Amino acid sequence: MILVIQTSTTSRGTLLLAAVGALLVLCLLSLAIGTRTIPPGEVLATLVGRGGEDAIIWGTRFPRTLLGIVVGASLGLAGALTQALTRNPLGDPGLLGISAGAAFGIVVAVATTGIASLYGYIWFAFAGALVASAVVYLLGSAGRGGATPVKLAIAGVAITALLTSLTSGISLVDPEALNRYRFWASGSLAGQDLGVLFRVLPFVLVGTALGLAVTPALNSLALGDDVAKSLGRRVAITRVQGAAAITMLTGAAVAVVGPIVFVGLVVPHAARMIAGPDHRWLLPFSMVLAPVLVLAADIVGRVIARPGETEVGIVVAFIGAPFFIALVRRRRLAEL
Amino acid sequence: MTVAFRLAAPPISGTLRPRLLGVAVTLGAVAFLLFCLGMTVGDYPLSVGKVVAALFSAGDYYDRVVVYDWRMPRALIGLFVGFAFGMSGALFQTITRNPLASPDMLGIAAGATTAVVGGIVLGIGSGLGTQPLGLAGALASALLIYLLAWQRGTTGYRIILVGIGVSWACNSATSYLLAHAKLYEAQQIVGWLVGNLNDSTWNLAVPLVIAMAVLVPVTVALSGWLRALHLGDDVAAALGTPVQAARLSLLIAGVALVAFATAAAGPVAFVALAAPQIAKRLAATAAPPLITSGIAGAVVLLGSDLLARELMPDTQLPVGVVTGLLGAPFLLWLLARANRAGSGG
Repeated sequence: MILVIQTSTTSRGTLLLAAVGALLVLCLLSLAIGTRTIPPGEVLATLVGRGGEDAIIWGTRFPRTLLGIVVGASLGLAGALTQALTRNPLGDPGLLGISAGAAFGIVVAVATTGIASLYGYIWFAFAGALVASAVVYLLGSAGRGGATPVKLAIAGVAITALLTSLTSGISLVDPEALNRYRFWASGSLAGQDLGVLFRVLPFVLVGTALGLAVTPALNSLALGDDVAKSLGRRVAITRVQGAAAITMLTGAAVAVVGPIVFVGLVVPHAARMIAGPDHRWLLPFSMVLAPVLVLAADIVGRVIARPGETEVGIVVAFIGAPFFIALVRRRRLAEL
Repeated sequence: MTVAFRLAAPPISGTLRPRLLGVAVTLGAVAFLLFCLGMTVGDYPLSVGKVVAALFSAGDYYDRVVVYDWRMPRALIGLFVGFAFGMSGALFQTITRNPLASPDMLGIAAGATTAVVGGIVLGIGSGLGTQPLGLAGALASALLIYLLAWQRGTTGYRIILVGIGVSWACNSATSYLLAHAKLYEAQQIVGWLVGNLNDSTWNLAVPLVIAMAVLVPVTVALSGWLRALHLGDDVAAALGTPVQAARLSLLIAGVALVAFATAAAGPVAFVALAAPQIAKRLAATAAPPLITSGIAGAVVLLGSDLLARELMPDTQLPVGVVTGLLGAPFLLWLLARANRAGSGG
């Protein structure tokens, strides 16, 4: 028995290392490929300070790649946490009203204050995400039984629908708000600099720490609230921690790059098919595989529409979905 | 609560659920009221009494012309689209045993959307209009989901996962087409995308009404299987239900309902998801009740359309913008009330 567990652990460890390796290769490709392709050797030389491509690599592609990794890892982790907390395979990181809250924040900011720069409205997006998810959590956990998965999910979709209606209503009346909203909603990594990333990085780090800290409790929670309680878990506290982590991670990610929540929806399923249902493996796998998908989609988006680009939000679903369906068909499904 | 009854002559026995019946009748009355109220709105003012009189072929000749020729298509489309979305939502949520598994999330509405948007942007079948394109898209994506989920039978879980994949692939195709469309095309598409009753005519209403006249009785006839499937595949099989055949025929019914509704009014968001949950909570049943969910859907859609026209009479606010505004607070209130009463979520 012990032997079996050990072999599966080492093979999962090897797979995780392989995924990290794939991520590193994609980072290199992401730095090399673009409107002007730079050979990998030259990329490496520039990275250690001896090449001549500083402007393109450090100025444009490095921030973009870093952003892809941070956003991808955040969404992957947030997605795995959402599915674990709501115990629903349809759970995406936007489920708690976070994407809708961020969109509403942007539209309100543009319509009321006339802020037009990303630096200005990123905080409105973030605040919208925080408030929306807090409301969802309070509504979903009111009354007997606390925040059960079904109540949380229904409160989440209801708030999402409400905010989406309000967002559409405001943007119908205010064309400038619509314009900003559409730009944000297409989901793009392009044209961002590191300043934007550093503003949300503290939230990403705190969210990641919180999320990884609740991991062991999630395994008990998967057995149902009653079993988790009898195993000595404090179910309510675990849920609050998890929800806080999801909000910070997703809020930060969607505020910066727009609602590319698809990543957080499918990557945990892919990770579950590879790593099994143990959250101690599932979460790290999701955190590595999600940036792999984001970077791959970003690179493909740069190549297919040369000399222009296709937004990562569009490409990610288009290449992710067939791959996901193939996975669903091949593997035996580990149900939540 | 369930009441069993047996009559001596005629020899009929069965069960009655008074609360479910009461909820259905009340919602039905509200739906009829909204149906009539919707027809009072417009440039030619009519009272509810005059509308009802015209409906029963009484009253002024001009009133009858206004009601039948001008305003009836919109009201009928609102009624039947809401009913179809609510009923298919109940079907999908019961088959997959997941309250989030509405046709909005499973790629069927997304398939219809991609087909219509593709038709407008690429000029394919532009002579056909949006209705046949939407229908074809919905049916094609449903077939694709079923085939891709088939592996010596399907399970509700695999259908959900494949549905997510197909849905997002369709969504990204739609976004791509939208980004590459000309401005006037994009405006036309965006108007359709949110769900819209502004262009309702008899040409759109007639196919919908005929389809509903066929599909609703068929779906109701299949509802015995639905109750068995809600208990899970194994229990349903043990009860003698042909699980695969039952699931396939129920899915076909659900898809056809969504397909015709989407073709008539566009992918109106949230009705298919909210209506079954509203009906379930009002009637306090374990699974979403089929017909009551449909009536709840009609109430939400007709109410939203009325609200949209009363709120902003000049802007032609699309109904899909308002469904969330009306349905969400109601659903949230029911959720909070159920919590207080201790009847659970």
